[in-house]
Amino acid sequence: MRGRFIQILVFAALVVAIQLLTKVTDSSYHLIQLTMTAYYSLLIIGLCMLIGYAGQISLGHAGFFCIGGYVAAFLTTHDLAPYKANYFVSVLARSGILTVRPGLYGGDLLTVQPWASCLIAILTALAIAWIVGGPVLKLKGHYLAMATLGFGIIIYRIVLGTTALGAADGISDVPPLRVLPGVDISGSMSARVMNYYVAWGLVIAGVFLLLNLIHSRAGRALSAIHGAEDAAEAMGIPTARYKLNTFVLSAVFAAIAGVLLTHYNGGIGPSEASVMKSVRYVAIVAIGGMANLWGSLFMSLILNYLSLRGYFGTYDDAIFGSILILIMLFAPDGLLRRSVIGDLKLLISGDVKEDGV
Amino acid sequence: MTLLSVQELSKRFGGLQAIDRVSFSVPQGAIKALIGPNGAGKTTLFNLISGVLEQDSGCITFDGKPVHGLRPHQIAAKGIVRTFQHIRLFPNMTALENVMIGRHIHSRAGFVSGMLSLPFTRKEEKAIARKGREVMDFLGIADLADADATSLAYGQQRIVELGRALACEPRLLLLDEPAAGLNMRETAEMAALIGRIRKLGITVFLVEHDMSLVMNISDEVLVLSYGQKIAEDRPLAIQKNSEVIKVYLGEDDASN
Amino acid sequence: MNIDLFFQYVVAGITYGTIYAIVAIGFNIIYNATGIINFAQGEFVMLGGMTAVTLHSFIPVPAAIVAAVVVTTVVGALIEILFIRWLYKPSVLRMIIITIGISILIRETALHIWGEGVRALPYFSGSSVSALNFWGVFISPQVIWVVGIGAVVVALLNIFFNYTILGRQMRACSYNRDAARLCGINAKNVVTFSFMLSAAIGALGGSIVSPITYVQYDSGTPLAIKGFTVAVLGGLGNSTAAVAAGMILGILESFSIAVLPAAYKDAIAILILLGILFVRPSGIFGTTEAARLKEF
Repeated sequence: MRGRFIQILVFAALVVAIQLLTKVTDSSYHLIQLTMTAYYSLLIIGLCMLIGYAGQISLGHAGFFCIGGYVAAFLTTHDLAPYKANYFVSVLARSGILTVRPGLYGGDLLTVQPWASCLIAILTALAIAWIVGGPVLKLKGHYLAMATLGFGIIIYRIVLGTTALGAADGISDVPPLRVLPGVDISGSMSARVMNYYVAWGLVIAGVFLLLNLIHSRAGRALSAIHGAEDAAEAMGIPTARYKLNTFVLSAVFAAIAGVLLTHYNGGIGPSEASVMKSVRYVAIVAIGGMANLWGSLFMSLILNYLSLRGYFGTYDDAIFGSILILIMLFAPDGLLRRSVIGDLKLLISGDVKEDGV
Repeated sequence: MTLLSVQELSKRFGGLQAIDRVSFSVPQGAIKALIGPNGAGKTTLFNLISGVLEQDSGCITFDGKPVHGLRPHQIAAKGIVRTFQHIRLFPNMTALENVMIGRHIHSRAGFVSGMLSLPFTRKEEKAIARKGREVMDFLGIADLADADATSLAYGQQRIVELGRALACEPRLLLLDEPAAGLNMRETAEMAALIGRIRKLGITVFLVEHDMSLVMNISDEVLVLSYGQKIAEDRPLAIQKNSEVIKVYLGEDDASN
Repeated sequence: MNIDLFFQYVVAGITYGTIYAIVAIGFNIIYNATGIINFAQGEFVMLGGMTAVTLHSFIPVPAAIVAAVVVTTVVGALIEILFIRWLYKPSVLRMIIITIGISILIRETALHIWGEGVRALPYFSGSSVSALNFWGVFISPQVIWVVGIGAVVVALLNIFFNYTILGRQMRACSYNRDAARLCGINAKNVVTFSFMLSAAIGALGGSIVSPITYVQYDSGTPLAIKGFTVAVLGGLGNSTAAVAAGMILGILESFSIAVLPAAYKDAIAILILLGILFVRPSGIFGTTEAARLKEF
């Protein structure tokens, strides 16, 4: 338990150090990509639980990211003023769920409050994950991979082909999200530092929750399911329910990431649902070590940041594809797999056990 | 008192009738062995009882209540726990963690309480670990607790798997070839362990090929061949049963 | 809808169904030999089409197609040798991710070689507007080419797998790899050959269908998904059923534009895929035992 707190403190210190570094080198515009990286990392750590600990592959997680982002974007930009006379709408308006805000082209919009839409978006993703997850997780191997891939593509086709969701242009003019009085998630320049800390603070909270889960009875059950599903079931673990719970949990993390990033960027587009995004997320979890939460987080930090800064240029997708191949060929348990870290620990502590168990 | 009762159980795989109207019972507190030539259907019978397979017809009653048709984890919760012919330890965990899995049905911390690390979950974890060590102590493998489970010697892995099953506090323990791959000394140790398990009040139903183990510790023996029950009796009677001899050794030896 | 439109939909469905069936057969050949689903299968089709178009600026169409098939076959062999051959008992997950990575690499390479534009071979006979009249239904001659060549390919494959030694060796490997090796069959070469054969078939399909459907650098992925849908629909490993399943998907997709907005047409295949996976993963024509047999 104490080890966990120390790890989190070290990471928090790293987050602060990076911010101070950008201040000192007068490159605070980097904070924008770093903040976006934080939100993508939220998805990554959730996906790590699913792939690494529960052992289920998902090639469609960008879909959940988009469900969160698009629902939030749609509700906060769709003008309900034309329906003001409608009974249901007026009830919502009076209960404070709706709000009036200036639109892009002048005039006022009657939209859902960001907080309410955030909640609705997350609940929608949760519900869809619950419904879809049941039948999907009964599948194994390439059938599961294809089914999740198919799910992601359906979401992509829906957001790309529906005019109400902005079709190819996506949705923009998404308002900021008020987290606390005075603390907004938005892309405004003056709030860059604050947004950076809000984003990474949420990531740290997520890591804390997931580390607790990994070291709990449920986490142990997930490891058992991953290791030998039939034996886990024979020991009384309801494997289908646990896999579904993990799937839904990872979908919720992805949806939260989608909602927050949408508010931060002020918009969302269909490319966020593309197959390449889902593949990218799996690649990052794979290279981070599959069942290694910190590994996935670090790899997400490095790779997402480099990609967002444009260091990969037009070779962006090719690089993630190559990473996948190289890791799977040479280090299928990831670069930072437990045994490597275990060996490093032994080396550092100089504590070599006597042979002769 | 009958703990497990199997009636007219049948299971067919395509053209093969793997289990053919088999009926038998296991009395509470007994050690009952299931023997038969290879392909007789022994593991299939285990899979039917533990819920891995669904039967075509017949019923399985445990403590008076039907358990056929239940999922494996529900059957484990009812008190029937099994080990596996080919060791199925969890590869990414220590021996102790493997045994602690056995405590799953006797604990309740879930996803949300686990994530929030509520006080009751931490207390529960300590209790689980303590009980796990107790079980390993009972089996004499307490010193293996922190070893990587799959790196242990074969014989030790078998005992760890036994510990995992014991941690479930089963009323009926199904052991699938517990002595497979063990040398004579290890087999004798296994026999002693099974005897001590019976003294705890646990009923044991085991599949085994090692006849010395079977004859030494069993109260009753059930013989299967080609999916059908050939005999069900006490060990000494089974040894003299001509049907059984015919099935194992052939026609001529039976008539001798 | 009038009778003419009805038949136009049917013809379009059969045309696309043939290409889907060809991709599905490619999946089945590799799956039967190795148990692997090759996510890069669609890229073979794309490569065949793109290479044929490029070569066509130098040599006549038939030669360009043959050359494109050869090039793609070599690519298929290289993929197997470089990435697959030396893996020891890889897990299903690992193979999925590797072949996905390979498909991405091929696609990105195609993007950098050919850019984003669409390409097509010229119509083999006639032009894009010529049409043969079959009892009042107007069919482009290219459709005859596609269906005709497709039928020949299926027939040749049938003969290959049932009557030639190499074909029988491949079937032996799919039933029981170790037993096949004990009989002196070089299982590793069988695997390489299965990749080459799948690549060749895919490339041929991509070339002959390009006048109608056009190819571009990213045509591979949707084809792979639809081809996989067809393969599963017919029962994984069963190539004869794949032909029928291909027709079913092609026709369903074709008629879907009568009821749904065209933007959702691609989603039909995925809905069918999800449906069949949830309800009957062994496929329409498969039983769980036949699936185990992995029959051609």
